[in-house]
Amino acid sequence: MATRRDPMGIGLAVLNRIASSPTIDKLKLRKTTERAVYEGAKGGFRVAGATTRAFKRVKGGGKPARLARTSDSGVFDLEPTEDQQMIVGVVKEFAAEVLRPAAGDAESSDDTSKEVLAQTSEFGLTLLNIPESLGGLSEDRSAVTGVLVAEALAEGDMGQAVACLAPAAVATAISLWGSDAQQQTYLPAFSGDDVPASALAVAEPRALFDPFDLRTTAVRAEGGGLTINGVKSAVVRGSEAELFVVAVDLEGSGPTLVLVESSTPGVTIEADPSMGLRAAGLSRLVLDDVQVPADAVLGEGAADDYRECIRLSRLAWAGLALGTGRAVLDYVSEYVKTRTAFGEPIAHRQAVAFMVANIAIELEGMRLVTLKAASRAEQGLDFSREVALARRLASEYGMKIGTDGVQLLGGHGFVKEHPVERWYRDLRAVGLMEGAVLV
Amino acid sequence: MINLETPRKFRPFIKQAHQVADEFLRANSRKYDLAEHAYPKELDLLASLVDGMGDSGQGQGAGAAGVRRDEDDGAKAGKVRNGTNMSSVLSIIEMCWADVGLLLSMPRQGLGNSAIASVANDEQLERFKGTWAAMAITEPGTGSDSANIVTTAVKDGDAYVLNGEKIYVTSGERADSVVVWATLDKKLGRAAIKSFLVPKSLPGIRVERLEHKLGIRASDTAVIVLDNCRVPAENLLGNPEIDTKQGFAGAMATFDNTRPLVAGMAVGCARAALEDTRELLEEAGVEIDYDRPAQTQSYAAATFIAMEADWEAALLLTLEAAWLADNRKPNSMEASMAKAKAGRVGNDITLRCVELAGTLGYSENELIEKWSRDSKILDIFEGTQQIQQLIVARRLLNLSSSELR
Repeated sequence: MATRRDPMGIGLAVLNRIASSPTIDKLKLRKTTERAVYEGAKGGFRVAGATTRAFKRVKGGGKPARLARTSDSGVFDLEPTEDQQMIVGVVKEFAAEVLRPAAGDAESSDDTSKEVLAQTSEFGLTLLNIPESLGGLSEDRSAVTGVLVAEALAEGDMGQAVACLAPAAVATAISLWGSDAQQQTYLPAFSGDDVPASALAVAEPRALFDPFDLRTTAVRAEGGGLTINGVKSAVVRGSEAELFVVAVDLEGSGPTLVLVESSTPGVTIEADPSMGLRAAGLSRLVLDDVQVPADAVLGEGAADDYRECIRLSRLAWAGLALGTGRAVLDYVSEYVKTRTAFGEPIAHRQAVAFMVANIAIELEGMRLVTLKAASRAEQGLDFSREVALARRLASEYGMKIGTDGVQLLGGHGFVKEHPVERWYRDLRAVGLMEGAVLV
Repeated sequence: MINLETPRKFRPFIKQAHQVADEFLRANSRKYDLAEHAYPKELDLLASLVDGMGDSGQGQGAGAAGVRRDEDDGAKAGKVRNGTNMSSVLSIIEMCWADVGLLLSMPRQGLGNSAIASVANDEQLERFKGTWAAMAITEPGTGSDSANIVTTAVKDGDAYVLNGEKIYVTSGERADSVVVWATLDKKLGRAAIKSFLVPKSLPGIRVERLEHKLGIRASDTAVIVLDNCRVPAENLLGNPEIDTKQGFAGAMATFDNTRPLVAGMAVGCARAALEDTRELLEEAGVEIDYDRPAQTQSYAAATFIAMEADWEAALLLTLEAAWLADNRKPNSMEASMAKAKAGRVGNDITLRCVELAGTLGYSENELIEKWSRDSKILDIFEGTQQIQQLIVARRLLNLSSSELR
């Protein structure tokens, strides 16, 4: 039994790993990103699922490893732990030094560069929610750390942040709800150096989509397996992904999660370029009579697990909105103080200054509600209400911040010379996304 | 460690406060809304209860005692502290869940008491113990620009002679003293503005009339006239010197402490409306599901979730401002953020609740219409919505009051 880490879970091990990774400032991004597979898929071209590494099936049979809940400290506190501060410090630097400068190129190539992705696995992004006994770095759940990390990444660039976090979402799902066999089969790959691209696919392409009313179905086939049919959308880096966790309506038991390896016959990926999050390589996953074994159902397939997955995913999206919102606030604060009109900085006008003040007020409000939801989640308290409220705020005010950001720059906000129009497009995603990221 | 749950040590007292608020305030809500200017005698008993709790050291007061940044334990040792700012806000929320007007009428818990607690020296604190102090800042010609007051204080021997007219003095008739803002020398600007504790027993201070209002009718709002009122020099609160460097900061510091309290009032009032509206909606067959996307639910359910979200943001901003104060971190911007958010959403939520409840909500049969009238003042006093935005913007953009006017 490993020594129990301090209550916040993400221990010194993470920091150690961060410290030993090649320093961030050494990282130089190649201007021309390597793009092979995805290039052709841009225009709606269909490709088969990426060839999978052979995930060596492990029988398992013991109890799956689970992260412990953190305990209620009983004290109202807004101060992150020292570990969290250090982790966030590193991620913030990475976001500022790597993601932000790479955002333009990543967007125009509709993907996040392999160097950037490799860098995130180097400092252990996927490991934050994997139990130590399975090669991860954590003993306790930490939705708060997850939110803080998502926020820090998205302050650099939301699209790349989503691409970086997508494999972590799959690893987290397997950690939280997978069986012993599933954990032993898949998690080692996520704690290695070559983290498999993978995606948590929940959304479906239709108006008023409800993750509790899925059209993608899994029916029991002869011989005990499952046959899956349906179309999933907002699948991150679909053409690269080797493993999917797919939300399906399982015959007789409602919505649940199923593991699908990308090389399974009947799996097709369609590029689905969208208004924003271009660097996340959004795709559709078409499942046409896909056969999976009965034990592909994630864990017990419990309704509560699925519900928790939806909530934690929304929480991660709220966290992303916080980061991009912060980027907008900092950018416009600087801009309104330097841009002059009628002989003085436009910041001297109440009509302008009040807009900036309101961005700050709403951003802080949604941040606190998101953190409350996260802290309830990791303490094992019911957090359905708080997630719904955080999502509402992130959706409503996140978008308001995006549109006001563009407005404050006027015509300059509308052109790509400034990043604000990209943030505007990215922030629209927050209220409508399901799945893809998880804390 | 980040945790935004109600501090464990305050949970029993909040429960208690809630019951007290229900019994003493909510139960008399409509009565004193209808009988404007009648003295709510039920509060006398409650006030002695609060005093008793305060003396035994276990009470959290109704707000007025809680704004002093006391120098004890916790923060010094580097430990996170949940102290009197937090407990005062939590207490105020419970009280205003019951009735804002009656909370404001609470004997010995006036805004003037907050000012005393915030700026008085230890000797004054002891001497003014037990007084019920109202607060007099606004004048007929001066609202948000409180640096422009024209009420004067002229030193004459061992006293100051005060002259001027003050309006919107909450509890101005019922309180036994008034904290009056006056200028020692108009030419020296804001630095010359001082506050004085003026006992109403002194000759030269009188209540001119009482206002008739949109809401918080249980609370008396007075016009007070100072006519050559001689106030003992030792009743000047804080430092008598005119420090032009320090400027207005001293007087304004009171607001950093009282704004979260007013934000708490808006949070409490809006919670009352949300609770009752939810019941009425459920009676009408509306189900609120936090997991299903709001856009797939009924308009009423989606609206309710949206209101709750704004309410939660207001609550947490308020607690953040209090938490910062308890841990002796600067909170001026956060206090204004809390007041801005809580003030506007408190008003918006209560009005929308009336709309959702229809003529039922509009009628005096329910209290929702009352809360929607009470909430308006909370976006006005202790600094209007616009003043809060101005403060936030100046801090955020690092602009002076001459740059961002």
